[in-house]
Amino acid sequence: MSTALFLIQLLNGLQLGVLLFLVAAGLTLVFGVMGFINLAHGVQYMVGAYLALAFTGLTGNFFAGLALGLLAALVLGLALEFLIFRHLYDRDHLDQVLATFGIILFLNEAARTIFGPTPLTLDPPEILSASIPLMDGLLYPVYRLALIAVGLLVALGLWLVVNHTRTGMLIRAGATNPDTVSALGVDIERLFLVVFGFGAMLAGLAGALAAPIFAVEPNMGDDLLITAFVVIIIGGIGSIRGAFIAALIVGLVDTLGRSLVTDLLRLFLDPSSANQIGPAIASMLVYILMAAVLFFRPTGLFPAKGAA
Amino acid sequence: MTDAARDGADPEEATSAPPSVSALLGPPPRIAGNRLDWALGAVLLTILALLAIPGEALLGPYIAGLVMKAMILALAAISLDILIGQAGLVSLGHAAFIGLGAYVTGISLEEGLYDATTILALTVAASALFALVTGAISLRTSGVYFIMITLAFGQMLFFAASSLSQYGGDDGLTLWSTSELFGTGILQDDTGLFRVTLTALAGGWLFAGLLAGSRFGRVLRAAREAPIRTETLGFEIFRYRLAAYVIAGVIGGVAGFLLAHQAEFVSPAAAAWQRSGDLIIMVLIGGMGTRSGALLGALAFVALEEGLSLVLHEWRLIFGPLLVLLVLFARGGLVAALARLTHR
Repeated sequence: MSTALFLIQLLNGLQLGVLLFLVAAGLTLVFGVMGFINLAHGVQYMVGAYLALAFTGLTGNFFAGLALGLLAALVLGLALEFLIFRHLYDRDHLDQVLATFGIILFLNEAARTIFGPTPLTLDPPEILSASIPLMDGLLYPVYRLALIAVGLLVALGLWLVVNHTRTGMLIRAGATNPDTVSALGVDIERLFLVVFGFGAMLAGLAGALAAPIFAVEPNMGDDLLITAFVVIIIGGIGSIRGAFIAALIVGLVDTLGRSLVTDLLRLFLDPSSANQIGPAIASMLVYILMAAVLFFRPTGLFPAKGAA
Repeated sequence: MTDAARDGADPEEATSAPPSVSALLGPPPRIAGNRLDWALGAVLLTILALLAIPGEALLGPYIAGLVMKAMILALAAISLDILIGQAGLVSLGHAAFIGLGAYVTGISLEEGLYDATTILALTVAASALFALVTGAISLRTSGVYFIMITLAFGQMLFFAASSLSQYGGDDGLTLWSTSELFGTGILQDDTGLFRVTLTALAGGWLFAGLLAGSRFGRVLRAAREAPIRTETLGFEIFRYRLAAYVIAGVIGGVAGFLLAHQAEFVSPAAAAWQRSGDLIIMVLIGGMGTRSGALLGALAFVALEEGLSLVLHEWRLIFGPLLVLLVLFARGGLVAALARLTHR
């Protein structure tokens, strides 16, 4: 593989990692702080993509569409928290899995009914639609670079909020020991609402940003959700730092794996069987990675709970 | 909070004398009444058996196929309930075993192996091996991590099945002929397959019931309620749980074997994580810890799916909110509701 191709794969991996982080950040906080398994988090990603698409069509401007889409995603997240999730925090994990599974079924089907089953596309905004040469013979779309930059900026912002504000301190405390935080007189319900709304908005942002790159379709959140779960399990539940590092690892492993595994297998297998086994192993790579991490560290790389 | 931490924080644990074995492994918890569980299952199976006598003549091929599919899913749900309801192990990768059984069957048939007993033996061996390896790794974790690692193994199998390009890949594999049982075509004939499926379901249901009442089942429940105490009493929890995982996996594999025969088609979708989610739904709407609940749950699930899709093409728009309402307002599932009715 040429250097240029490798660099493109590296950037694509980084881009996937950044998207995964945006989804995983909310997931790991909701999971860590509230002990709540939200399978419907992936749907927020799908909803974000559709909302951005719809509002861009309505306003004719990508950025206006993005802003309105984010706002709507936030409202939806808060509404779900208020109407349903709030009543499930002290239930066992099975009930949470079941209820959020029901929400997935509903929202996926609603998206299919409203927007149709065919994948839709959204054009990137005019000023970001060009490609720039990174090196000789390597053109890379500006939009994708912008996506990576936005993702990294959000990660930085999140790190600042979580580590250097009072709310962030409460979130960290909540992830480590929610009972004590509640006993100290913190309005845990409001904290939950904030964390939840924020997480839903981040997932919506990821979906909206991904809309110009990937096809927008009703089930787009399902696969991403599972990968995001892999991320937070590898990173350690409740840890933003873990989610960030694991998201980048998973993004890179998945993207590079898809192009490298087959080539690697060709070294010691005949081409036809390499072509057959390669893609299978590549799709399994992140799961193998997760199983391996859990084998050696049963609570992930940076477990937040039990740290104190 | 880990189980260990919770056990350690239990003041009773520290001060009271260790409970005797019989106290700890006392009668099984009467979640919805053990007698009700047996009775409900017997009634359901009798109804299914009555349906099987006239077979297709009464039901018509479509409904008969639907009932068969429901029975196969019920068998898988019963096996999942051994994990969830007895051992307290929530697996989100149980559909992998259905997929594995279906693919072992499909590939055997495609390769010209038509003897049902051989295929079944291969299915059992493959499921047991897969369960043994993945179970041994998964059981190192607990709680949410267990849910996720079983999901991961399920996904691995899903992608492995999708990559079998000589056996259909993503599109799945149509089976042009199914297997012969002792040289007869009983598995190829719809009425015969209906009876075989019913027999397998009844067998699985009976087995799960005997398992729950046995010493093995009691140890599983004790390990779920108080792992440290059980361990202290000298039970190696890990082995019991692994054995339960293998048993459930093998039954799931057999369900896959039957599914391949019923659908005459195998595809990776049988192993998809959404299917594992469906199985959990079946166990929960029936009422977990009750094998008849899993049976009822699977029948209700298929009936709901089919009934709602008659009313509305986008039936998930109704089914999704229904699930949410069920969780919010009807705790304990259908069996608990039945128990409340019968106790009045």
